[in-house]
Amino acid sequence: MADEELSFISRLWFAWVCYFRVLFDGGFAARAWAAREAKALPAPAAAPLPIHATATDATSALQLLSLLQREGRLVDFLQQDVATFSDTDVAAAARVVHEGCRKALRAHVTVVPVSTEDEGARVTLEVGFDADRFKLVGDVKGEPPYTGALRHRGWRVAEIDLPRLVGEHDTRVLAPAEVELG
Amino acid sequence: MTRFAIGIDLGTTHCALAVAPLDEGASGPEVLPVPQLVARGQLEERSLLPSFLYFAHASEGPQALPWDAHRSFVVGEGARSRAADAPARVIASAKSWLSHPTVDRRAGILPLGAPEDVEKISPVEASWRYLEHLSEAFDARFGGSGSSLAAQDVVVTVPASFDASARELTVEAALAAGIEKPTLLEEPQAALYAWLLAAGDAWREQLHPGDVVLVVDVGGGTSDFSAIHVVDDRGSLELVRVAVGDHILLGGDNMDLALSHLVRQKIEADGKTLDRAQQTGLVHACRSAKERLLSDSSLDAVPVAVASRGSALLGSTVRTELTRAEVTDALVEGFFPVVASDARPTTRARAALTQLGLPYASDPAVTRHLASFLTRQAGALGGSGGGRAPKVLHPTAILFNGGVMKADALRARIVSTLDAWLEADGAPPVRVLEGADLDLAVARGACSYGLVRRGRGVRIRGGTARAYYVGIESAVPAVPGVEPPVSAMCVAPFGMEEGTAAKLPPHELGVVVGEPVRFRFFGSTVRREDSAGAMVDDWKPDELQELPPIEVTLPAEGRRDGDVVPVRLRSSVTEVGTLLLEAEPLRPLEAGERWRVELSVRG
Repeated sequence: MADEELSFISRLWFAWVCYFRVLFDGGFAARAWAAREAKALPAPAAAPLPIHATATDATSALQLLSLLQREGRLVDFLQQDVATFSDTDVAAAARVVHEGCRKALRAHVTVVPVSTEDEGARVTLEVGFDADRFKLVGDVKGEPPYTGALRHRGWRVAEIDLPRLVGEHDTRVLAPAEVELG
Repeated sequence: MTRFAIGIDLGTTHCALAVAPLDEGASGPEVLPVPQLVARGQLEERSLLPSFLYFAHASEGPQALPWDAHRSFVVGEGARSRAADAPARVIASAKSWLSHPTVDRRAGILPLGAPEDVEKISPVEASWRYLEHLSEAFDARFGGSGSSLAAQDVVVTVPASFDASARELTVEAALAAGIEKPTLLEEPQAALYAWLLAAGDAWREQLHPGDVVLVVDVGGGTSDFSAIHVVDDRGSLELVRVAVGDHILLGGDNMDLALSHLVRQKIEADGKTLDRAQQTGLVHACRSAKERLLSDSSLDAVPVAVASRGSALLGSTVRTELTRAEVTDALVEGFFPVVASDARPTTRARAALTQLGLPYASDPAVTRHLASFLTRQAGALGGSGGGRAPKVLHPTAILFNGGVMKADALRARIVSTLDAWLEADGAPPVRVLEGADLDLAVARGACSYGLVRRGRGVRIRGGTARAYYVGIESAVPAVPGVEPPVSAMCVAPFGMEEGTAAKLPPHELGVVVGEPVRFRFFGSTVRREDSAGAMVDDWKPDELQELPPIEVTLPAEGRRDGDVVPVRLRSSVTEVGTLLLEAEPLRPLEAGERWRVELSVRG
C-alpha cells in the first residue's frame, strides 16, 4: 500500500484535506514537514533477531513415556510417594523399573557419552568447540582454548527409533485402565 | 522376478527371515527387521517375530498394519504380550501342533478353549499366518522393486525330526501364504550352513574327512539332534547328514517354567501370593536372572523382583533372589544331568483319557535324550570294519544352536557328558565349533542354503531322514481279541534324495474303488538297509514308529464302485523336499494313470 501511487482524484482530495490540517493541526504539520525531507519516519531501533522456537509435538514424548511405563512401570513409580516406603520396598520396585526401562531404552535409543575421556581427566576445548556438547562451569571467562577437568561425560543420543503409530489411537493414554472379566 | 535367496526360520517360539541378493559377489544374508505390532497401535521393527497369534476382540477395533488397515488379528510381539492377559485368544506353539500325531492338523482347533466369538484355525493356518506376516514385511521393504516374496527362492526350515506329513503340512502353509517356490531344509543343517558361512573357506581347515559333527539344537520349544559326516569324495570334502533324532517337545520354555515354579515356592513360603499376571512376570524375570547367572560365573545370586498388577508399585512388588545353586540344581542337574551313555529317557504311561494337549517329552533330561540318540545311531556310519562295535555314535565335533545353548554352563555340561561317553568307548573328545548368533543362525543358514542351491558353496547331502513303510495285514484266520499280525513294506528307503523316485515291486495292495482306503504308516530313523519293497515282519519296539495313516481314494470313473483294484505304490522325493506317494493300478485304464496318496490324514 505504502509504495503504491495514489490516483489523481485521491491526490486532489488529499491535498485539500492537508491544506486545512497543516493550517489547524500543528502535529500533523510537523510530521508532513518531516516527510517532505524524504527521510520518512525514523526506523525503529534494531529489534532483536527473532529466533525460531520450535513448538514440540508431544507425540513422541507421549510414546516414550508409554513405552517406559509398559516395559518398566516408570509412570507408576514416579506417581507414588517414595517417602512413605522403606528402602527395601523402594529397592524392590527400583529393580523392576530399572530392568524394564533399561531394556526399553536400549531397544529404542542409542545413548553414548559425549566425551570419551574419564571423568576427572584434564581436557582441552579448542576454538570453535561445540557449545551444545560442552558446557563450561566454574570460573567461566577468557578465550578458548580452555583446559579444565571433565566433571560429567555428558550423554548424547546417537540413534533413536521409536515405535511407529498405526491407526487412530489416543497417544495421551499412557497405559489403559485394565478391567478383568470373568 | 527372482532376485533374492530367502531363508525363513519358522520356529516354535520365534520366526526370523534372512535375505541375500542372488547377484554374484553381492553381500551375504542379512536378517530382515520385521515390522510388528508391539502394543495397541504401536508398530516396531524387530529381528525376531514371536510365533504367537492373537485374535483381537471386536471391542478392540482393527489391528492395523501399514499394509492392512482392517486386520482382526495380531502376529508377533503384540500377540505374545496378550498371551499373559488374555490367554484364551492366543495361539502359541503352533509348530508343535503341526507335528502332533493324533489331531487333524487341517482342522480349526486353535486356540484351545477359545471363546465362541473366535473362529478357531488349524495348526496349518497358524503357520501360514506367520509366513504371511513375514512375506508382507518383506514386500513392504522390497516389493516396490517388483520383487515380491512370492517369486523368490524361499527356504523354510523344519526340525530334522519332522516326519513326512509334518513336512508336507509346512509346505502347504507356505503355499497358502503365497510362497510359490518353497524348499524345505532341516534346522540343524541350517545351523551348520550358518557356521560354514561364518567360517568361509577356513572350514576345510576345521573339518576333515571322517569328522562327524553333532548338531545340538535346543530352542524354545523343541530339542533336535543331527549328525553330519564329513566324507572325502574324490579329493573334495562332502557333508552328509547321516542321522536325525526323534521329535522331542522340550526346550527353553520348560526350563524357564521350572525355574519360575521354584522361585514361586520360595515366595509363597514367605506368605506372599502371586496373581496370574505376576506369575507371567515371574517367568520373564527368572529368564533374565537365569541368563545372567549362566553367563557370568562370578555372580552367586541375582535378585528377582515382580511388580504387582495395579498401579501401586512401591510396597507391593515381590522380591526374592535366584541363587547359583538353585539354577544349577534346577537347570544343569534337572535338564542336563550327568548320565551314562546307556541311560534312556523315562516314558510315562499316558492316562487312558488324556486331555487334548501337546505330547510334551515326559523326561526333561536333554542328556538322556542325547544318549538315546547316539546309541540308536551307533551304526549310522555303516560298518565299523571289524573290531568292537561302538556303543554310541562318535561325534568328533559339536555345533550348538538355539537360544538355550547360549548359556556357557549348559554347553559345558553337554560337552563334558559327551566326552565321558566317548572316553568310555575309547574315542577322543569332541571339538566345539564356535557358532555365531544362536537365535538367528537358522534363518541365516537357510538363506545361505538358497545360495548353495545355486552353486555357491558346499552342500550338505542327506535325503530323507527316515525310511517309510506301509503296514500290510497278513491274511490269517481271525481270532477274537488278537490283532492280525502286520508286516511293514518299505515304500521309501532311508536317505532318498530330492528328485529321485523308487518304484515298488507289485504287491497285493488292493484299493476299493470310490471310497477312501487307509493304510497304516510307519517311519524309522535307524533302518538304513531296507530297499524299496523290502518286507519287514519283526521289528524292535523303537525301530519303527507309527505315523498318522495314509489314505488313497480311487475315483470311480471307468470302474465299478466297490471293485477292488490291485495297485502298487511309487514314492518320490520332490524338489521341495517332501515325500510323494502315489498309487499305480497294475492294469491302468490309460497310460500313466496314478493317484496321489494323502499323508497325514486325521489320526
